[in-house]
Amino acid sequence: MKAMMTGFAVTIVISVGAYFVLNEMGFSSQDVFSGDNVRLD
Amino acid sequence: MLRSLAALLLTLLFAFAGPATAQEAAEAPGVAEAADPARAAAPDRSATGGAQTLEDILRRQRGEPVDNEFRRDFGEDNTAAGIASQLGTLGGASDPELWRALRFDEANITVSAGGDVEKVLMQDGGMAWYEFRQGPLKIYGGYLLLGTVGFLILFFLLRGRIRIDGEKTGRTVTRFQFVERMAHWILAASFILLGITGLLSLFGRWFIAPYVGKEFNSTLLIGSKFIHNNVSWAFMLALVMVFVMWVWHNLPDRTDLKWFAQAGGIIGSKHPPAKKFNAGQKLIFWSVILLGGSISVSGLSLLFPFELPLFAKTFAVMNDLGMPGWVGLGSLPTDLAPQEEMALAQAWHAIVSFVLMAIIIAHIYIGSVGMEGAYDAMGSGEVDEAWAHQHHSIWYERVKDKQMHEDNRALAERSPAE
Repeated sequence: MKAMMTGFAVTIVISVGAYFVLNEMGFSSQDVFSGDNVRLD
Repeated sequence: MLRSLAALLLTLLFAFAGPATAQEAAEAPGVAEAADPARAAAPDRSATGGAQTLEDILRRQRGEPVDNEFRRDFGEDNTAAGIASQLGTLGGASDPELWRALRFDEANITVSAGGDVEKVLMQDGGMAWYEFRQGPLKIYGGYLLLGTVGFLILFFLLRGRIRIDGEKTGRTVTRFQFVERMAHWILAASFILLGITGLLSLFGRWFIAPYVGKEFNSTLLIGSKFIHNNVSWAFMLALVMVFVMWVWHNLPDRTDLKWFAQAGGIIGSKHPPAKKFNAGQKLIFWSVILLGGSISVSGLSLLFPFELPLFAKTFAVMNDLGMPGWVGLGSLPTDLAPQEEMALAQAWHAIVSFVLMAIIIAHIYIGSVGMEGAYDAMGSGEVDEAWAHQHHSIWYERVKDKQMHEDNRALAERSPAE
């Protein structure tokens, strides 16, 4: 059970980490294929 | 960030409250029309004076072959307006050729930014993907999952829970170490989240929006996308971990043949001998590694749009090997627009995911309600010796031998010969 809970916690940590790293890299299509002059929101 | 988190929470709530089902089997209109041979005949173009008709446009949108030669025959030089008049032609410089080249992505376009993606001004490869996603993918994928669940329920009703023969011994043996179980649960948690959010993304429009509203569905899908994109990294990491830890134990060997001959113990009354993983578990392992690996690669292609095109090169290799011919197909297209690459990546991602989901549903069944004692292997890591002896006899004997050897050595060290 401890391994399962640790696994779930690691999944959350990796996912939240990935969110910040990917956004820092500017990976999203919106960042890559758009600019200030394009309204996407 | 707050909006994403709210969407994430809503997605989780909804996912556990009631996952979407796939009963709707309405055939996409394009599919039915494509099968009608009468529609395949060249349409009457007299109404447009020989120019393309609405029917031509619709045929192209349905992904049916259209012979565009008629467009080059259109127009009589003798009846054309004079060059100097208002509707006159351009003489040797033909505008229609230019527009046709733009229409069919044959023009030599130069762009200042955006690369190959922006050079494609018009392409209709997306229609085939759109119809595939609306029709076969949704229908067959949905029925595959429902069929798997139905089969397992039937199997459970007929066969019942596979119980441990005789009494439990009360003594346990360590089946999986902490790090192995942790990697398994990272893979499990991430796969379930990815599966649910993937299904919501595919089926939300049909099974959620009409009942709960488009606003809610939109929020749900934004949350699904957020989870899907980020949790995928946990899945890929755990996939590498389980591969490294377990590949050695999952290489095929002779004991697998015996296991298959007895269908894992279903045929006959004896348990077939097995090492750490039996042949059924090896099948699960290689399915997860190969299908999960393929899903990961196509997923990366989707995560970084247009930067990791996979299919033109893959198709070229397959054509060189003559693989399409094995199933009676012609050469696969190797001149794909970047947008078509993305459509193929999405379709492949979804197809392989459906297959792996069906396999994993069966795996969850046998590891929980389907077999007594199986859950302990991944729960506490300790399994009853009776279970270990019945399901993994060769592995169990080796573990006991090793244990005895270590005990003897420890004893010898504690009481050295005088």
